[in-house]
Amino acid sequence: MAARGYLDMELLRFLTCGSVDDGKSTLIGRLLYDSKSIFDDQYEAIKLSSERRGDEQVNLALLTDGLRAEREQGITIDVAYRYFATPRRKFIIADCPGHVQYTRNMVTGASTANLAIILIDARKGVLEQTCRHAFIASLLQIPHVVVCVNKMDLVGYSEQVFEEIRAAFEDFAAKLDVTDFHFIPIAALHGDNIVERSRRMDWYQGPTLMYLLNNIHISNDQNHIDGRFPVQYVVRPQSSGHPDYRGYAGRVAGGIFRPGDHVVVLPSGMETRIKSIDTYEGPVEEAFPPMSVTMTLEDEIDISRGDMIVKENNRPLMGQEVTMMVCWLNDQPLKRERVYAVRHTTRDARCRVREVHYTVDVNTLHRREEAKTLGRNDIGKITIHTTAPLVFDKYSRNRNTGSLILIDEGTNETVAAGMIA
Amino acid sequence: MKSYRLKHLKELESEAVYVLREVAAQFERPVMLFSGGKDSIVMSQLARKAFAPAPIPFPLMHIDTGHNFPETLEYRDQWIAGLGARLIVRSVEDSINQGRVVEEKGPNASRNALQTVTLLDAINEFQFDAAMGGGRRDEEKARAKERFFSHRDEFGQWDPKNQRPELWNLFNGRKRPGEHMRVFPISNWTEMDVWQYVLQEKIEMPSLYFTHRRLCVERNGVLLAHSDYVMLRPGEKPVEMEVRFRTIGDMTCTGATRSQAGALEEIIQEVAASRVTERGGRADDKRSEAAMEDRKREGYF
Repeated sequence: MAARGYLDMELLRFLTCGSVDDGKSTLIGRLLYDSKSIFDDQYEAIKLSSERRGDEQVNLALLTDGLRAEREQGITIDVAYRYFATPRRKFIIADCPGHVQYTRNMVTGASTANLAIILIDARKGVLEQTCRHAFIASLLQIPHVVVCVNKMDLVGYSEQVFEEIRAAFEDFAAKLDVTDFHFIPIAALHGDNIVERSRRMDWYQGPTLMYLLNNIHISNDQNHIDGRFPVQYVVRPQSSGHPDYRGYAGRVAGGIFRPGDHVVVLPSGMETRIKSIDTYEGPVEEAFPPMSVTMTLEDEIDISRGDMIVKENNRPLMGQEVTMMVCWLNDQPLKRERVYAVRHTTRDARCRVREVHYTVDVNTLHRREEAKTLGRNDIGKITIHTTAPLVFDKYSRNRNTGSLILIDEGTNETVAAGMIA
Repeated sequence: MKSYRLKHLKELESEAVYVLREVAAQFERPVMLFSGGKDSIVMSQLARKAFAPAPIPFPLMHIDTGHNFPETLEYRDQWIAGLGARLIVRSVEDSINQGRVVEEKGPNASRNALQTVTLLDAINEFQFDAAMGGGRRDEEKARAKERFFSHRDEFGQWDPKNQRPELWNLFNGRKRPGEHMRVFPISNWTEMDVWQYVLQEKIEMPSLYFTHRRLCVERNGVLLAHSDYVMLRPGEKPVEMEVRFRTIGDMTCTGATRSQAGALEEIIQEVAASRVTERGGRADDKRSEAAMEDRKREGYF
């Protein structure tokens, strides 16, 4: 890899969901191995561990299962992050456990992903677990979903089996809010259609998994329309070199900002223009997501962390009643009488849950309208009432300004992930 | 049409700057740990960018094992003066003299693990509520599970099985008095990213990273620099060779690699072609399969 070429790479974050039985670890191991991201000492270490455990083959799952408890129990408990690169892209894999009791871990991994790989065992077809994974991918609005039908070698590389699984999945996915689906027949153990095209599946004309990862179009995954800039930190040097500098530091959450733009600060509603967009290297002509920059404004107005600078002609929603889909993450179930802390963009507030509308059976998508609360791993729709107005967009419009977390004020634990409806 | 898509180093930089600003905004007394290694150099460069044109709004702290390479200390003072930041140094030597820890004995003695006590004592002394480190998830399997904001109880312990879920970029820095957070702004960077960034930013790096002639002792497959701190075993004889270091830590456990890479581009080529992880040369990780997880549980970085 030439030193120069590396500077032009793009970053793609994806998650893999599935259980060990689906061959997830083998698939990841294959991607890492074929992109030369497994090192000799790592390979030696897992080879030794495998022998010690009495495994017949080198157990690639040991590469991803980093915690002692995970190796002892042979399961993946927590999301692990893996990295590999091709000359074109750098990849961050969020490797998520597949079982229903780890729904919250998958939600965590999915929250930052551009793409999800859903694994299906060709012998078993579309299972409840598959539906759950597809539902979570759509709930978290992952823009691209790649369904890998694995272990094709064990079904005689049969086109018919693949097509049946694809039809069953599409039937289910019609109910979901994802538009970009891809289906690939693979045999991760032998490398079929991972990096190299399979010679045993001539009937498949589509791309290999690696080709897809390298080439899928990801530049539209961010919102470039609605100008949103949550103020994160106020930069005031008060130094002899910069006696009056007052900059608003943050990361662009949507749209494209340019000096001269007419903006409004919410929730106060004060209007002004952007004077400059500064970085350490100097001022820039435009800022778009996910750039971290510092803005200065034409007028001196009172702005602090938690405020949002937006384009004057394109305003977000604002209010204290917020309805959302949530995934409950904590062992302690939702309590109506409790006050929870809310973190939304850079803003903090407190809230009470006004209403639980329903919970969703993640395996069948059936709604349970009678539900009164949510427990760990439950997904449902709720309305909260906040102590201060939130400035937001729908999650389907903008993942940055449409997401929030609830925090238990007693334990300080993050108890829920919310996607504003 | 113009593409509004950042290149990956810019995106990683933007993410790290965002995390650093969150720390400055969410905590009252944060500190940045500085070891003199490439990760902490890059992290402190990112801090300089995050708050410009204002100075870095927190101090940097070096936990000095007393077994540092002299080149590291020289570089440290020069680099931090350039940043315009305040430097705090706390030493393992003092912890030993105060009876807080007992020095390991024998030919494999290292002060690496003892740093944890000195670090936790310093966090108490200054009442730091957040300590930023240059740990990366690609370094080691326990670190692959680490959060950006990682909660530590009042004893500084990490509970890997009970970590807070971390969603989107919404970081929950809430904690009880006496507890603190460890924060890892460059979690998503790889060794390659770090070197590419150094090249892109034209950062002056410590000479130890570049090839030089040095007397080394080979022990358990690790090349250790010959020094007063490494006791020779019977039969061991230091040999002069051309080496460089891929990680910089304590002289007693940081292994050198044979290399002729004398320029950043050559280091990048070498990293790209390498078949061994950078921590493959770290004697401290080789103590057991879960050596890093165990040290981290106790409060190590």
